[in-house]
Amino acid sequence: MEYMTLFIGAVVVNNFVLTKFLGLCIFFGVSKNLSASAGMGMAVTAVMTLSSMLAWLVYNFVLIPNGLEFMKTAVFVLLIASFVQLLEMIIKKQAPALYNMWGIYLLLIATNCIVLAVPLEMAEGGLSFLMTVVYAIGSGLGFALAIILMASCREKLRLADVPKSLEGLGIAFILAGMLALAFLGFSGMI
Amino acid sequence: MNIAIMVVIVMTVIGLIFGLVLAYANKVFSIEVNPLIHIVEDVLPKGQCGACGYAGCMAYAEAVVNDPNVSPSLCIPGKKPIADLVADLTGKAAAAIEPRVAQIKCNNAISESIKKYNYIGVEDCIAASMVQGGPKGCQYGCIGLGTCARSCPFDALHMGEDGLPVVDEVKCTGCGKCSLICPKHIIGMAPIGSHVGVICNSKDKGNAAKKVCAVACIGCGLCAKSCPYDAIKLENNLAMVDDHICIEKCNNPLCLEKCPTGAILPLTEDARKAFVVIKEAAAKAKAEKDAQKAEKAEKAE
Repeated sequence: MEYMTLFIGAVVVNNFVLTKFLGLCIFFGVSKNLSASAGMGMAVTAVMTLSSMLAWLVYNFVLIPNGLEFMKTAVFVLLIASFVQLLEMIIKKQAPALYNMWGIYLLLIATNCIVLAVPLEMAEGGLSFLMTVVYAIGSGLGFALAIILMASCREKLRLADVPKSLEGLGIAFILAGMLALAFLGFSGMI
Repeated sequence: MNIAIMVVIVMTVIGLIFGLVLAYANKVFSIEVNPLIHIVEDVLPKGQCGACGYAGCMAYAEAVVNDPNVSPSLCIPGKKPIADLVADLTGKAAAAIEPRVAQIKCNNAISESIKKYNYIGVEDCIAASMVQGGPKGCQYGCIGLGTCARSCPFDALHMGEDGLPVVDEVKCTGCGKCSLICPKHIIGMAPIGSHVGVICNSKDKGNAAKKVCAVACIGCGLCAKSCPYDAIKLENNLAMVDDHICIEKCNNPLCLEKCPTGAILPLTEDARKAFVVIKEAAAKAKAEKDAQKAEKAEKAE
């Protein structure tokens, strides 16, 4: 039950994009078409899960025993950046098809706040390893949900008669605001 | 003190471990890239102008080497020599490329032009054109804030003394980047060696065009009528010269003399000389006519 709450909480109630407003750069940048945003959602989920697991290990076995919890931000940044690099190399070699699909997004993710936020929250909440994994997958899916919703709306908007002054990003911001309002309805669910 | 040392040690060790892992992974997971891609990229001009339709010279090199359907002659700045080289390297047949240069189709000097309002803001044509179509009286003309000159990857455009951009035809590679960025679309791409050009972009007719600019094309059509080869056509009250007919057939640019506002200008040295000759001939003919009239008038007396 605890895991379920954590998972649902990460996906909808505390959705990283629409409730906590993290990762907005890729949220606006890659939500122009559905297939790209689905790829981005998957890439973020995968990177977030793997890097959170790694971060949990480093945090619990290196930082805490040495009393260096305050260094977690710097260490996690280093960790995520190198991990994404490593992942990119591995994917490029082992699965070129996957690389063609994800490759361009991976580097965008490397310095993204949403990927850093999950390990930081994990450290603050003192989650166990399994809970961290569940939380990371939930957050990733939450991001994927938000960006796919956004992309489908923006694809529809392409055919709509948007006032000239609001074309492009203007209408996208309004749309994101409305989506965030809708997600506000989930607050208080848990 | 103790903690500070600990921080340094832990960060160094973590950094070192990741560094080593990455270095090792780089070796293990290295991918052999076709060396031809680098050779082709070295050949390309590296203006990164994107005129070929790819993100940059590297992207084009990759595409032209890997994809048999990509033509080796897409590099417009490189013109024929580069196309031939790329075709040689990739074993493809080069198609003919027509060398082109940018042509600024506005001759209404900024300092002398009529102004709609005084623009104070970002020094950028695109920004200025958003405010009521720009400060210039003529809504089709050059705003003169130099957005095109800044966009040129080959340093071939600079702003002249009259506030209009000037093309350095030696440096211009014809990539067309300026033509895309200009919010007024006054930069066209003309084949090298065009004799004459309509240096105006105004689609207004007659008085409407003349009111805002003394050297505007007023859409009168005199040039089109005077051209013996039908190289000039009127489109939306603007004369358009078909440069191919012009270059191939004409060496006697009559159109220059006919234009009442001087919107058609000679572009090459030969055309300028021909223009002078035509002008002199016209002046002579006029003088003779006047003399005859005077004679007649004298006789009548």
